[in-house]
Amino acid sequence: MSVTAPAARSGGSPSIRRSSVPPIYTLAGTCVLVALLTMAPWIVPAEAATTLMNFFILVIMATMWNLLAGYAGMVSIGQQAFIGLGAYATLYFALKGVNPFLTIPISTLVCAVIAVPVTFLLFRLRGGYFAIATWVVSDTALLIIGAIPFLGGGTGKLMPGLQSLSPTQTAHDSYLATWIVALVVVTGTYLLLRSRLGLVLASIRDNEVAARSAGVNVQSARRMIFVIAAAGCGAAGAVLAISQPFVQPSSVFNIQWAAEMLFVSMIGGLGTIEGPIIGSIIYFVLQQRLQQYGVWYLIIFGSLAVVVALWQPRGLWGAFRDRYHSELLPVGYWIREPK
Amino acid sequence: MSEVLLDVAGLSVHHGQLCAVDDVSFSLRRGEILAMIGANGAGKSTLLRTIAGLHKPSSGTVSFDGEDIATLSPNRRVRLGISLVPEGRRLFSSMTLEENLQVGAYRANEGPFNIPRIYELFDWMGGRRKQSVWQLSGGEQQAVAIGRALVANPQVLLLDELSLGLAPIVIERIYALVPEIVAQGVSILIVEQDVAQGVAVADRVHCLLEGRTSLVGAPGDLTPEEIDRAYFGANMSSATPSDGTNE
Amino acid sequence: MIWLNVVIQGVLIGGFYALFACGLSLMFGVLKVINLAHGDMAVVAGYVAVFLTPHLHIPEVWSFLVVVPIFGLLGYVVQRTLIQKSIDRDPFTTLLVTFGLSVVIENLLLEIYTANGQTVNVGTLITRSWHPTSNVYVSYVSLGVLGVAVAVLGILQLFLSRTGTGRLIRAVADDREAAQLSGANYRHIFGIAAAIAFATVALAGIAYGMTTQFAPTSGGVNLLFAFEAVVIGGIGSLWGTLIGGVALGVAQQFGAHFNPEYQILAGNVLFLVVLAIRPQGLFGRKTALS
Repeated sequence: MSVTAPAARSGGSPSIRRSSVPPIYTLAGTCVLVALLTMAPWIVPAEAATTLMNFFILVIMATMWNLLAGYAGMVSIGQQAFIGLGAYATLYFALKGVNPFLTIPISTLVCAVIAVPVTFLLFRLRGGYFAIATWVVSDTALLIIGAIPFLGGGTGKLMPGLQSLSPTQTAHDSYLATWIVALVVVTGTYLLLRSRLGLVLASIRDNEVAARSAGVNVQSARRMIFVIAAAGCGAAGAVLAISQPFVQPSSVFNIQWAAEMLFVSMIGGLGTIEGPIIGSIIYFVLQQRLQQYGVWYLIIFGSLAVVVALWQPRGLWGAFRDRYHSELLPVGYWIREPK
Repeated sequence: MSEVLLDVAGLSVHHGQLCAVDDVSFSLRRGEILAMIGANGAGKSTLLRTIAGLHKPSSGTVSFDGEDIATLSPNRRVRLGISLVPEGRRLFSSMTLEENLQVGAYRANEGPFNIPRIYELFDWMGGRRKQSVWQLSGGEQQAVAIGRALVANPQVLLLDELSLGLAPIVIERIYALVPEIVAQGVSILIVEQDVAQGVAVADRVHCLLEGRTSLVGAPGDLTPEEIDRAYFGANMSSATPSDGTNE
Repeated sequence: MIWLNVVIQGVLIGGFYALFACGLSLMFGVLKVINLAHGDMAVVAGYVAVFLTPHLHIPEVWSFLVVVPIFGLLGYVVQRTLIQKSIDRDPFTTLLVTFGLSVVIENLLLEIYTANGQTVNVGTLITRSWHPTSNVYVSYVSLGVLGVAVAVLGILQLFLSRTGTGRLIRAVADDREAAQLSGANYRHIFGIAAAIAFATVALAGIAYGMTTQFAPTSGGVNLLFAFEAVVIGGIGSLWGTLIGGVALGVAQQFGAHFNPEYQILAGNVLFLVVLAIRPQGLFGRKTALS
């Protein structure tokens, strides 16, 4: 048996890159966008700023849900537990006299701490049973909080500490707080997925048994992601409580948040950073357009999510990425063969 | 009634990127016992499962009685006359012995085998039919698995690794039944890691190595050295290492 | 004697929970699918009974005779189309699809019928009850529902253990591939299991409508109860689901006795405690656990 040498190649060995788009473009584009969004309250009308703010809140939640489901493989329909807990933690500290804006990091931490023992209960179940159990946890949190008169009970309470400023100032501050949290969450997730933990997650997602035998502590990784996602949702809840200053259990613990997170991530593209953002954009556009028709936008969006799940499970961004082989916020690696 | 019952031509099966079966061809004649031997991971089980309809081949054909069965689902193939006794027995653990047989007999083909006949073939079963199968020993479970497949009255019986996890004396007793089954008009394709058993019971032997055919022939025509080499890919019985290269 | 009434009320509602839950349990046992729209199917059945069967000149109390078979057929069709397609992808997809369907159904009902509460009209029967002692009230309708629940569970258990199709269903639940190799068309069996699940939950939905007001979002809260009943009783056991339902019902009634606000919470707490101490439930096998 003889071995023939391959035809002479120019170039050399294959290279491994993060992105197919030169990073300088992405970085430049991002900087411009960040600058624009930071100045938004001063350049766009107040209504648009409020819409943007709600958009950011959705992006935070969807990014966290995507982290749980798309990267760690845990489908949760109970993240609203931590949205609610984050909102009520903020309310609690505000009632005790702390500036609501300063409570945001505290609320985030509170949610992270609560999430840890919750994982010990929840991780006894898998798949659909895990999903419904997260809902039970959320329901329980709602009922417990709703029974505490100090926090307003079932009827709710107005967030204190915001009345001293003028309405425009409050609106500006709320916007900035929400924008900063969104930026931190998305950037943080991006960096997380590019880190070693991100690689660990990808290995668990692709083949859990192989990952385990390569020494990966699957349970720890999952636990960490669940806690991070809880913290992120807690932060979303905190800014939500500040932006809609009347805090009510039925609104912050509403399963509607779960539906929105899920649909947005599915349609945008599970397992990508850009997906939740794109999904949120579509969601908001649809909502604005169909506002006058009641809940039809939700029906359409939900049906779209079902269709996407069955026929294009990688979502819109996933399809784009597969077709054009480019990413804006790459978290994986591309191997480029020399020509 | 043609002579060739099962015909496999140029069959290749992939598990993702791994090629488990690579361009394998053989045929099973009526009333014949064909033994498929090979080491662990040689592709034998994948081959049987593909014939039974659980895997889709990437290329090649499987024909039964002259007709291509590529589009048929596993349960349709059972109706046609191909029954697989899967590796590891795979009995229905929440059910009794009798219930396991009854599942196999549900809408079975016409033929010599029914549940009372199975109780004759395995005389110990009748008294223990109401026992849950997880209470049975490995050999007993293997017998029930064979019974469950027989009760559908197949023309081709596929046996996957009968001897796995069983004591030698139990293996012998099970293999003693094989000629009886053939006598009822069933052709058998048996997959075995245990070369001695496979060679002893078969009319013809087909050896697989890493998914490819390495040796074909009747047991009487093959020497132990040839079988060794085909099985392992090297001559293990020879003392000098330089003999180990294969073509 | 108050406690006796609490227990009796718990048992009465427990039977209803079990009827609601047995479809969920069956779908998971056989198809390995959690149908997050399970509760909403019950509510849809309620709406069909209240708004659509009158067009057939059938009194609402007998509507189940028509609605239950229709839902059985619907279950078979939905399984052979949507659900099978989801299963073919991965378990993930079934969760997402059924959750999506749940939200779509609830909001469609909201748009069409508004958020007003509805009930299934059973005439004067709703007011009649049995008073063995001064503290114990047994509503005839609730007792009827318990009777129906036990009867349905009993028939289902007989069907699974004695008939050929029932055996096939159990076989597919045990080992789908081995069942295929024994000649079972597993997609058809899945369809039958789904049909049974939809039919029983439709019956449960109509029963619910007879005793309580229902609204578009009622499906969600009942799904939660059904799920809790299954986990408490043990995944994989029909009679376990009945015991689980009763345990849940009794726990809820105890909670309600102290403070009406604690009713659902008491059930949730029992669920979480069982999850912490004995995750496979009272009668369950360890199959749904990690």
